[in-house]
Amino acid sequence: MNNPVAGSNVLITGGSRGLGRALGLALARAGARVVLVARHAGELADVVAEIRAAGGEAHAIVADVADKNAAHAIAGQAAAAVGSIDVLVNNASTLGPVPLRLLLDTDCEDLDRALAVNLVGPFRLTKAVAGPMVLRGGGTIVNVTSDAATEAYERWGAYGASKAALEQLGRVWAAELAGTGVRVVNVDPGEMDTRMHADAIPDANRAELADPARVANEIVALLQAEPGPAPGARVAIRTGPSGSTEASP
Amino acid sequence: MKPATTYPERRDDVRLLVIDPTAPEAPAGAALRETRTPALPDFLAAGDLLVVNDAATVPASLRGHDDGGNAIEARLIAARGDDRFSAVLLGAGDWHQRTEDRPPPVALPVGAHLQFGTLTAEIAARAPASPRLVELRFAAGGDALWAALYREGRPVQYSYLAHDLPLWAVQTVYAARPWAFEMPSAGRPLSWEILLALRRKGVRWASLTHAAGLSSTGDPAIDAALPLAERYEIPAATVRAVTETRARGGRVVAVGTTVVRALEGAAAKEGGLRAGPGDTDLIITPAFRPRVVDGILSGAHAAHESHFSLLAAFAGPDLLATAAAHAERAGFLTHELGDSMLVLPGALATAPDQRRSASGNAP
Repeated sequence: MNNPVAGSNVLITGGSRGLGRALGLALARAGARVVLVARHAGELADVVAEIRAAGGEAHAIVADVADKNAAHAIAGQAAAAVGSIDVLVNNASTLGPVPLRLLLDTDCEDLDRALAVNLVGPFRLTKAVAGPMVLRGGGTIVNVTSDAATEAYERWGAYGASKAALEQLGRVWAAELAGTGVRVVNVDPGEMDTRMHADAIPDANRAELADPARVANEIVALLQAEPGPAPGARVAIRTGPSGSTEASP
Repeated sequence: MKPATTYPERRDDVRLLVIDPTAPEAPAGAALRETRTPALPDFLAAGDLLVVNDAATVPASLRGHDDGGNAIEARLIAARGDDRFSAVLLGAGDWHQRTEDRPPPVALPVGAHLQFGTLTAEIAARAPASPRLVELRFAAGGDALWAALYREGRPVQYSYLAHDLPLWAVQTVYAARPWAFEMPSAGRPLSWEILLALRRKGVRWASLTHAAGLSSTGDPAIDAALPLAERYEIPAATVRAVTETRARGGRVVAVGTTVVRALEGAAAKEGGLRAGPGDTDLIITPAFRPRVVDGILSGAHAAHESHFSLLAAFAGPDLLATAAAHAERAGFLTHELGDSMLVLPGALATAPDQRRSASGNAP
């Protein structure tokens, strides 16, 4: 296949800002029908309008992936808009309250919220979306993760634990779905110049941060690659001046 | 038989009555075996094809009121376009009452407005069959209408249930496009554990999408006309899989009435089974001779239900009566959250004898 993205149906959570927005734009440019999920209707509508103005197809679903009743409503609305989903990008995530706290100072409710958005939401939505992919014999699940999942950064405990668990879900899913045609990949986009990053590290040097648009292009290339990354692989994207993309099993 | 009043603890572990129309007549009961759904793969063989309906279930019950403040429930029954659905109107009350006990809605003319939470609709047309069967034109269309339906709608459910049904409870594990107004429930007990076990055994899967309508409305004039013509879409891969399976002597097993209606409805058309969209008003009677479907996985049905006559087309009336009596004695549960039946020629010829293997495994 030359371009498995063109003509495909892609569902992206956290689609109104940062990497999700950039992915929506990039995938629509590559010919995908894009469905974006986010909590804030206004910002989301702006992204959809931007994609449509560029000649792409985009649809908005206003929902909170942490809402336990949202998964089937999101899956249903997305399939009503574009048909069966070929690619799900679990991108929505929360840092929890900023400034980030030491784990011993982290409220239990804040850990709950991080797990609800970053782990349980993707779990529920993947369950609702991956089934028909398996039935049809093809599809891709992308979990957007972070090096906080593998490195013990102080104050990133709740976020890092949720992302580490998300990666493990991805690996086990990849193992269980071997031979079905459905791929599951964990993608670490690196440090990007986004509002989330500014919330976490307000005094970061923005010149050292990656542009989400460039990261999004790398992810589109990853989706188009034949053969793509190994099932369950963790792909680290680094688009700095000496940027590179590395996959590790 | 009694209806199941709630969902089973595990979706894929309910009773299963296997009915083999080709089994020897003696000894009595040789054509039946009672087991549970996790054993389903034992009764299919490499080269068989399981065809499922991948329609997701729409939250198709909308409760609201008309301009005069009269309570109205609309149950969507068919999609008619970007901003339109056919719907059945019911009066005051909710699913706790039997539909036939619900008061009819106030008589509403074409052009009357209905309000369902934030969603507004207008009666665009009324069917000749009954003034309660209407076409609703919603103030929103497309994405906005679907968002409103998922916000305001609830799954259609009936009075035998013990509690509100959440949306997840009316979806199969492979549900994709929201085309069904009641769950294609024959597939509800299928888990990935079962589906992947079937595949490991060499059984293929295929899917189609069929817009299952309502099974009962409480309006005798509408109920007499059910099922209405329903739309379906059959992918080219499914047509290929059916053709290859039959050419190689495998069996095509339909999961549910909707799959039988779509495949047999399409096969009965000029040119035979073809890929693509269509509508079918096919009603399967005991005299119906299927052209492409060999067997069916179904919910458990009692002899007075309409689905029962469809099962008779596969099992024959005598064997099905024996099976129904067995299910009745054994306390099988019916309806969308109930137990299962598999009618399949040869199902018991190759299946391991579970009584023997069970004793063989005993310590």
